[in-house]
Amino acid sequence: MASVTDFSHHGVDAHHEHEHHIPTGWRRYLYSTNHKDIGTLYLILAIICGLIGTVLSILIRAELMSPGVQVFPWISAIMTGDGSADAAKNMYNVFFSSHALIMIFFMVMPAMMGGFGNWMVPLMIGAPDMAFPRLNNMSFWLLVASFLLLMCSMFAEGSPGMHGFGGGWVLYPPMSSQVGTPGPAADFVILSMHLAGASSILGSINFIATIFNMRAPGMTMFRMPLFPWSVLVTAFLLLLSLPVLAGALTMLLTDRNFHTTFFEPAGGGDPILFQHLFWFFAHPEVYILIIPGFGMVSQVVATFSKKPIFGYVGMVYAMLAIAFLGFAVWAHHMFTTGMSLNAQRYFVFATMVIAVPTGVKVFSWLATMWGGSLSLRPPMLWAIGFVFVFTVGGVTGVVLANAAIDRYLHDTYYVVAHFHYVMSLGAVFSIFAGFYYWFPKMTGYLYDERLAKWHFWVSFVGINLAFFPQHFLGFQGMPRRVVDYTEAYAFWNMVSSIGAFIGGAGTLIFVYVLYDAFKVKRVAGANPWGPGATTLEWQLPSPPPFHTWEEPPHILGDEHDHAPAIVGHGSAA
Amino acid sequence: MRVRLNAIGASLAAVLGTLAAPKAGAQIFGGPKPGEIGFLPANTEIADDMFWFHNSILLPVIIGISLLVLALIIYIVWRFNETANPVPSRRTHNAALEFAWTVAPALILVIIAVPSFRLLAQQLIIPAPDLTLKVTASQWHWNYGYPKSEGGFSFDSLYVEEKDLKPGQPNVITADHELVVPIGKVIEVDVTSQDVIHSFSVPSFGIKIDAIPGRLNKSWFKAEHEGMFYGQCSNICGIDHAFMPINVRVLSQRDYEAWLAQAKKQFAVSDQIDVAAAPRVQP
Repeated sequence: MASVTDFSHHGVDAHHEHEHHIPTGWRRYLYSTNHKDIGTLYLILAIICGLIGTVLSILIRAELMSPGVQVFPWISAIMTGDGSADAAKNMYNVFFSSHALIMIFFMVMPAMMGGFGNWMVPLMIGAPDMAFPRLNNMSFWLLVASFLLLMCSMFAEGSPGMHGFGGGWVLYPPMSSQVGTPGPAADFVILSMHLAGASSILGSINFIATIFNMRAPGMTMFRMPLFPWSVLVTAFLLLLSLPVLAGALTMLLTDRNFHTTFFEPAGGGDPILFQHLFWFFAHPEVYILIIPGFGMVSQVVATFSKKPIFGYVGMVYAMLAIAFLGFAVWAHHMFTTGMSLNAQRYFVFATMVIAVPTGVKVFSWLATMWGGSLSLRPPMLWAIGFVFVFTVGGVTGVVLANAAIDRYLHDTYYVVAHFHYVMSLGAVFSIFAGFYYWFPKMTGYLYDERLAKWHFWVSFVGINLAFFPQHFLGFQGMPRRVVDYTEAYAFWNMVSSIGAFIGGAGTLIFVYVLYDAFKVKRVAGANPWGPGATTLEWQLPSPPPFHTWEEPPHILGDEHDHAPAIVGHGSAA
Repeated sequence: MRVRLNAIGASLAAVLGTLAAPKAGAQIFGGPKPGEIGFLPANTEIADDMFWFHNSILLPVIIGISLLVLALIIYIVWRFNETANPVPSRRTHNAALEFAWTVAPALILVIIAVPSFRLLAQQLIIPAPDLTLKVTASQWHWNYGYPKSEGGFSFDSLYVEEKDLKPGQPNVITADHELVVPIGKVIEVDVTSQDVIHSFSVPSFGIKIDAIPGRLNKSWFKAEHEGMFYGQCSNICGIDHAFMPINVRVLSQRDYEAWLAQAKKQFAVSDQIDVAAAPRVQP
């Protein structure tokens, strides 16, 4: 059972530092092939895009604070010079569409996979870098190009005389085809998604190759910590689902520009075909947005409980099961499209099955904490918060899985509440858990923990206040994606907007925490978290040197021992 | 266009006001109310069953699970924080426990599945209709078509701007011409679209069906109470997505026939379309 890590000749080696010239200035980042630098770039991109996406959402909530269209005439006037009612309504649609795309593709994914994945996977498995460092660079810069294309779309013509694409992130034709959006704004969005997809596919190949081939000697798959496991599972989801999106987007692009009719009824095409292809990608995509979060929460919970993960093998299989089932439930987003009874029966059944592995994960986190010695430092607060809000978002998912009830709730604010509980609370809380967990490792500085706790509590109260009342609006029949609503919805919308503003204040605290940490420069040391932090990255200095694990650590232990008492997932060694 | 139809709408509403004068207590307002947190009033047997299924089975289950997790978190934080429990246990396995928390949720899902699948079949197996109406969506209004047996007319239903509302009409969700149907009859709606995807939704009836160009989607309802029932377009369809209200007025058979006689005259003049012969798809 005893396990030992041999660090006698690991890679913080002065000799090597002399051999490798470390690039400086803009060359270091633009040409970077170093997983840590690329990870940092991804995190910076995620923070910038997250702030932009948050501003969009705050403006959306400002508009919905009371009935009528008050805010967007101003926004439209500022952005396009046209403050008319139609321009305002169009700009509202552009904002919620862009909010979704930015948060999904340019905040959550770059933070989880590009940022923490790049930074921590090689450190945690004892690899010197990613398998394909130049591919890694390309993945990042493709994403920047993709983001710029999305920004271009907001200022290009969409509907006649209007700016931007306002058909929602789902890009359903005919809203996204020539019928709904004749202008180039839709083309910009499509090309942006193409590049983001290519970026993620390349990144996934890199993660899969790295994790399969570059683990340190003795680090078997079942000795690997849960975060690299979650990145591996997510990489497969991306690799298998994104090509389907690419196909759908290409067909949409040729429909728009080269007179094909894949989704055009007049030419024998079918708009619902696009929805099937899109959700075949996009349902795995929503797991892509949460599974790395599972991994981060597992690391944080184990560290701050000072206890190995409970049911480690079950946790791995639960992730694999969720990933596998994630490919088999896509049409539960399409219960109102007129699918046959048997098709709906199947998708109800398959969707409900996902609740089982999801439950395994929630209960395993609770069991990990049970009997532990909990230290409620900021990362742990976010992780515990995650377990609760993810449960709330999960159980409303079980409600929506029933097509008979989804018939009522589909496309209402209930759905908005559901997925924001899983994403805006769940995924984002896990990102902050990971961020506050690894920030000292990545920068070498501790942040002001008191402020970080304020960030948690203000966000927790604000975002719950923003999204919980939206369940009520959904029951009352308020459709999503509306710029205006009837007087009867005013009260809960006001509550929701106030919550959103409080959540926005939480984000300002976060910005201040960052500023304060870099200004005060509290030295973190190699391991600020104590005996619970047993994974390999905590054996390195903070921040780690430019090159790490040039000579791999040796992970020792019983080959057949699946128990987590191994360096890598949770032993005090 | 809109102004003209609004004018027609105003005159029709005046006529309807006398025809469909509320009988005391019999009329239901099937729309949202300020501060409410539950479902809109049910007006079909299926909606009754749906709301029962949600409120009596799903809601207790999900609240129970959420509270269980919350209670466990609170207990753990209280009992196992580092002050209360300085020495952590090393326990990482408990086969019985892991088995239990895999099987128990599965059993709960089976219990949920039984009424869920029954209800799904009720919704999707459409009984022989007494009346089939055609609903055609376009940016940004609805068109309601009645079959030849009822006079073979159709009319547009448009959003009424705030300044044109009459007292008692809710803003944003009021349409100038409502879909009028008789009580207690099986009514099939055949729904399609002329441009982008829209969605025809009447929450009180428990129906929501997408209006898709190139397809004729079907749904059905059998209204149990008289009254006015509100819905809205439920699929993003462009700048006026929020302003495509769906109003369905349920009348007694006698009042319905009176409305029909008047509507035949009114709409036969303005809009002569044979619904049965109308092109099904206008991509």
